[in-house]
Amino acid sequence: MSRLVIEAGNANRQYFKDLLAYRELFLLLAWRDILVRYKQTIIGVAWSVLRPLLTMIVFTIVFGRLAKMPSEGVAYSILVYAALLPWQFFSNTVNEGGNSLVNNASMISKVYFPRIIIPTTAMIVSLIDFLISILVLSVLMVWYQHIPTWRVVFLPLFLGLAATAALGITYLISALNVKYRDFRHVLPFIIQFGLYISPVGFSSSVIPENWRLIYSLNPMVGVIDGFRWAIIGNAEMYWPGLYLSVGLAFLLLFIGFRLFRRMEREFADVI
Amino acid sequence: MSIIKVENLGKKYIIGHDRKAGGAYRSRSLRDALTHTARGLYQRLRHPLSPNTEKIEIEELWALRNLEFEIEAGDRVGIIGRNGAGKSTLLKVLSRITEPTTGRIEVDGRVASLLEVGTGFHPELSGRENIYLNGAVLGMARAEIKAKFDEIVAFSEIEKFLDTPVKRYSSGMYVRLAFSVAAHLEPEILIVDEVLAVGDAQFQKKCLGKMEEVGQEGRTVLFVSHNMAMISNLCTTGMVLSEGKMEFNGRVSDAVTKYYAATNQRDTTREREFESDTAELLGAELIGQSNLSDITIHDELAVRMRYRIKKQIDGKCVPNFHFFVSDGSYAFVDSARDVACMSPGIYCADCRIPPRFLNEGAYFVGVALTTYFEGGSFEIEFFDRNALTFNVIDPMDERSNRYGYGGPIPGVVRPQLNWSIEKEAQ
Repeated sequence: MSRLVIEAGNANRQYFKDLLAYRELFLLLAWRDILVRYKQTIIGVAWSVLRPLLTMIVFTIVFGRLAKMPSEGVAYSILVYAALLPWQFFSNTVNEGGNSLVNNASMISKVYFPRIIIPTTAMIVSLIDFLISILVLSVLMVWYQHIPTWRVVFLPLFLGLAATAALGITYLISALNVKYRDFRHVLPFIIQFGLYISPVGFSSSVIPENWRLIYSLNPMVGVIDGFRWAIIGNAEMYWPGLYLSVGLAFLLLFIGFRLFRRMEREFADVI
Repeated sequence: MSIIKVENLGKKYIIGHDRKAGGAYRSRSLRDALTHTARGLYQRLRHPLSPNTEKIEIEELWALRNLEFEIEAGDRVGIIGRNGAGKSTLLKVLSRITEPTTGRIEVDGRVASLLEVGTGFHPELSGRENIYLNGAVLGMARAEIKAKFDEIVAFSEIEKFLDTPVKRYSSGMYVRLAFSVAAHLEPEILIVDEVLAVGDAQFQKKCLGKMEEVGQEGRTVLFVSHNMAMISNLCTTGMVLSEGKMEFNGRVSDAVTKYYAATNQRDTTREREFESDTAELLGAELIGQSNLSDITIHDELAVRMRYRIKKQIDGKCVPNFHFFVSDGSYAFVDSARDVACMSPGIYCADCRIPPRFLNEGAYFVGVALTTYFEGGSFEIEFFDRNALTFNVIDPMDERSNRYGYGGPIPGVVRPQLNWSIEKEAQ
């Protein structure tokens, strides 16, 4: 029989053991969110195809046609779409995950489970969207007759990097959102802002050489550059920037997780 | 062996009061938090040496304090107390939803808590999908839910709507499905808050039956309810909480009695008034018994009500006592006989219940005064349904007429009637 000791100030000392024990709940909640998202089948799937596609068209026209930005030698739409893939994944995770605790308030105040499950499931749902977008990208690549190089095998690593950064920020925002409700209104702005400062509509090679390291303080720069490097054969990789992004992404995850764990204790009391 | 051991348990909530705003202060929004900090900073800059006038007055509220108890495996514990006594907080701490401020709890076994029916239900999903979801939320493994799926569906009686999204369910169907999942939980320890208050009476009964079954299987159950009948029916031991502290911990009948004793005091002194233009209830008591002690089936028992007639009326004010058994149904009603018109004044009405009349169990007494007018019309001046409670026990001595039988004897009354046995033939 399992013995559980709950002590003041130390109620969740078996946190990681609990995480393992509640993995089924994690999967079921992810499954719930996916089901709900695609329940109105046609609209659900169409939406996750249409949104990046329309953004891609606008960006291609604005940055490619009007501003005439360099395109790394591929169709500009592929350049944009390769960046939109991780960006959508990142922003969906942060957006859904950031509000997830508040949206599941009734569950949090009525049952115990490691709360971190909730914002993490948001990433799984975004992952499904990501996979659908990958299909769209392959169609696009066939259309433009673009063949990716062997570097495409590194794509999952960069996806992992995007997930790391996204989870770190999601944990941070979701926890703060419980305590300060107007984070709900700040969140869309943060995501919008992130889109402008990340090299989604343009290649980061347009950034002056001596600014690139500072530019890479945004971990999504490393992720997006990585995606382009893996998908587009002749894109260059700015390695110091990538290392910086990797380091920062893990730092974010660490900070986000710690803050979440600390604030988690009072979720049920304040939510 | 104790399955739950609680030492010095306390839970503190902090309620802040912003002195300037006057009301309750809680930084519910970032804006508040920022303006508050900014205001404080501004004050600091202006008067660097004066004490901080913007200080939030912090009020501590101990929802639970210094609780010490142990629960044995197989106990069914009813937790009773008035609103705000800390019952729900205790359940939340025990089920790890919120962290205690002081103390330590040791739990040996799997805990499932049922503080709400249908936690985790999603309106867009079908009944089938929600069974899996809700089961997982309550801590059931997928394989376990799969194994019990048919049983759950059969219990809920909603087979036909299994693939309909629950948003199209009636509230009754929703509750049934939700409770069916919960009823099939098989943890060592089950924690249940006032969830049975919902649903139709018939289904409630079915759930109660299922819960009793659960108790019989030796599972430990912690149960919060305001329904004393349900508590005394279902539980073996009872805890009375008052303002976060343990008032009483012991046999369920004693706990219920104790709780009623406390409520009686409150009712007749200030909170609920039982009066009309004509009369008012002054109090009710058990005579010759302290409110806590048990009455044996061999004892005589008297109940008393004191009331005041305020003005002369032409009807007859008849005091009557209503006796209820523990599940809330009537045992009997008795009214005073040969009552004449009463002049204004204070009266005391006693009713004696003879020995060897009531069976074992908890009884609740309602006191009422009814005025009957010429021509058959009547008016109820007051009726306090929960005025008194007492517990009748069988001392199991030679007068109990048991011939060594130790089990329960059914029935509301247990008279010892006159018998005669004659031998008629060889």
